[in-house]
Amino acid sequence: MKIIVCIKQVPDTKGGVKFNPDGTLDRGAMLAIMNPDDKAGLEAALRLKDQYGAEVTVLTMGLPKAADVLREAIAMGADKGILVTDRVLGGADTWATSTTIAGAIRNLEYDLIITGRQAIDGDTAQVGPQIAEHLQIPVISYAQDIKIDGGKVIVQRQYDDRYHVLEAQMPCLITALSELNDPRYMTPGGIFDACAAEITTWGRADLKDVDDSNLGLKGSPTKIAKASDKVRKGAGEKVVPESPEDAVAYIVGKFKEKHIV
Amino acid sequence: MDFTLSKQHEMARQLFKDFAENEVKPLAQEVDEEERFPRETVEKMAKYGFMGIPVPKEYGGQGCDILTYAMCVEELSKVCGTTGVIVSAHTSLCIDPILTYGTDEQKQKYLPDLASGRKIGAFGLTEPGAGTDAQGQQTKAVLEGDEWVLNGSKCFITNGKEADVYIVIAVTGKVEKRGRIQKEISAFIVEKGTPGFTFGTKEKKMGIRGSSTYELIFTDCRIPKDNLLGAKGKGFAIAMHTLDGGRIGIAAQALGLAEGALETTIAYVQERKQFGRSIGQFQNTQFQLADMATKVEAAKMLVYKAARKKDEYRTNPKISYSVEAAMAKLYAAEVAMEVTTKAVQLHGGYGYIREYDVERMMRDAKITEIYEGTSEVQRMVISSNLLK
Repeated sequence: MKIIVCIKQVPDTKGGVKFNPDGTLDRGAMLAIMNPDDKAGLEAALRLKDQYGAEVTVLTMGLPKAADVLREAIAMGADKGILVTDRVLGGADTWATSTTIAGAIRNLEYDLIITGRQAIDGDTAQVGPQIAEHLQIPVISYAQDIKIDGGKVIVQRQYDDRYHVLEAQMPCLITALSELNDPRYMTPGGIFDACAAEITTWGRADLKDVDDSNLGLKGSPTKIAKASDKVRKGAGEKVVPESPEDAVAYIVGKFKEKHIV
Repeated sequence: MDFTLSKQHEMARQLFKDFAENEVKPLAQEVDEEERFPRETVEKMAKYGFMGIPVPKEYGGQGCDILTYAMCVEELSKVCGTTGVIVSAHTSLCIDPILTYGTDEQKQKYLPDLASGRKIGAFGLTEPGAGTDAQGQQTKAVLEGDEWVLNGSKCFITNGKEADVYIVIAVTGKVEKRGRIQKEISAFIVEKGTPGFTFGTKEKKMGIRGSSTYELIFTDCRIPKDNLLGAKGKGFAIAMHTLDGGRIGIAAQALGLAEGALETTIAYVQERKQFGRSIGQFQNTQFQLADMATKVEAAKMLVYKAARKKDEYRTNPKISYSVEAAMAKLYAAEVAMEVTTKAVQLHGGYGYIREYDVERMMRDAKITEIYEGTSEVQRMVISSNLLK
């Protein structure tokens, strides 16, 4: 089995987010780490490798220093690392990013692609499903458990108060939650191997079946008007209506209140 | 001269730091309080290869260098001196002599289990009457047919009852050296469970209380003839060379304890308020911290230099790292004692309370000035090299 895990180097937001005066993230002031959801995705891939045997390739798009997260992944047990980096790819939003990553993946053989649900610096949760769309393969998001059954995956997809059990034929894409598992540590020997390992580096010319108009800042339909630290959501309101009719009346009432209907 | 750590060493430090914070620190106080060997931590360390860091991959080790191993002991000791010495004694005092002096058969037989942490190692040199004076050995080994028969005892043995494989130093006869009759000393590999090999009482210690310190007792203990480690009569040289390496591990432990105490104190003095401001705003505190940090940094340079020197030795056995190891241990141990004592002082009354980590760190630090050669022995090693 061949598994591709897409990972991203992100600023560590544990100690709070720091901004430049122009509102963009001050990445230099924050430690760079492997995105937690992606790390869970990598751990899931490594467990499948332990259990069923697999070749795990980690792929990232970013600045040259993003090779650090590929080395970390190899030190944890991944087999190969691919860095997609090119100045023309800079400033990409989720559309341009997923276009780029899909273009890189078209060069590879795979049975399964695992991405994190979302990155802690953007929190969009769009790139994983978009990659699947570009590649025309099924996607199961928010995985909290992954099993392989022949040529199929059986995944528990997390919901607020339950989970769905979904089955998909491989090749397919799964987005992983950080709650999926506790990622393993690197090993000292793995670190030495990872630092000696050759990281494959691809640029724009290596991307397959992509159009320049969909790449980089120019190919990004998203325009950021303003960035700010995230505001915590309130606890919300829990209502237990006596009947379905009451529930409908309550919801419609709320819609009217907000001028939605 | 380059003081910058390589990428792999930076990554390894981060690994050891994360592991120590997440897996070791939460248990440190309990392990000390209950004088409990942290078996669960050892199992986790085994899983991630920490029990065989400088062992070549062909023997199931991690294939890393001595600096990486020293950094592991350092980071573990920052949060728990007990855990640091478990790895140090296992690696430096048991694995290393087998790797250096063992036959191919001995290496194949013992190293994979030790390097993977399936088995734990220990080293028995000290006796009630033979500490610094290693020539005072009383434990005897007599060859009877295909077996060595051991009689005697060893004391203060780290990893004592928890270990599975022991390097034991014993007298195998007498030799004439420069006109004087001296004891002929040899080294042996002894396995736990060998009939005639038992344990005495567990030592109750001031510090590193989770470490298993026992007396080893040999009563007509028969081991195979092939368990002689190195040549007959080379035991003293093997023991001394093993301790040279061991001192790098203990120096790293001492460094870690000093760093741990300093970090804890830096956080504390910014929180603790007296006379309306944090005590970190008083110049006395600032000057104390400056001295502590400077000495810690100097100790680190000596420890890393000694580790690097041993790495050089591993590619060129003509190089000696004995003096560098002695200097690193002497200085780092004394810095550990000084810095942890100052840390307690800066914590005031709270520093004397067991709930606070610096109290344990100060007790843990003291042993680094004593075991694997006291500070006085280190001075002897260093000065004898100056005056030879």
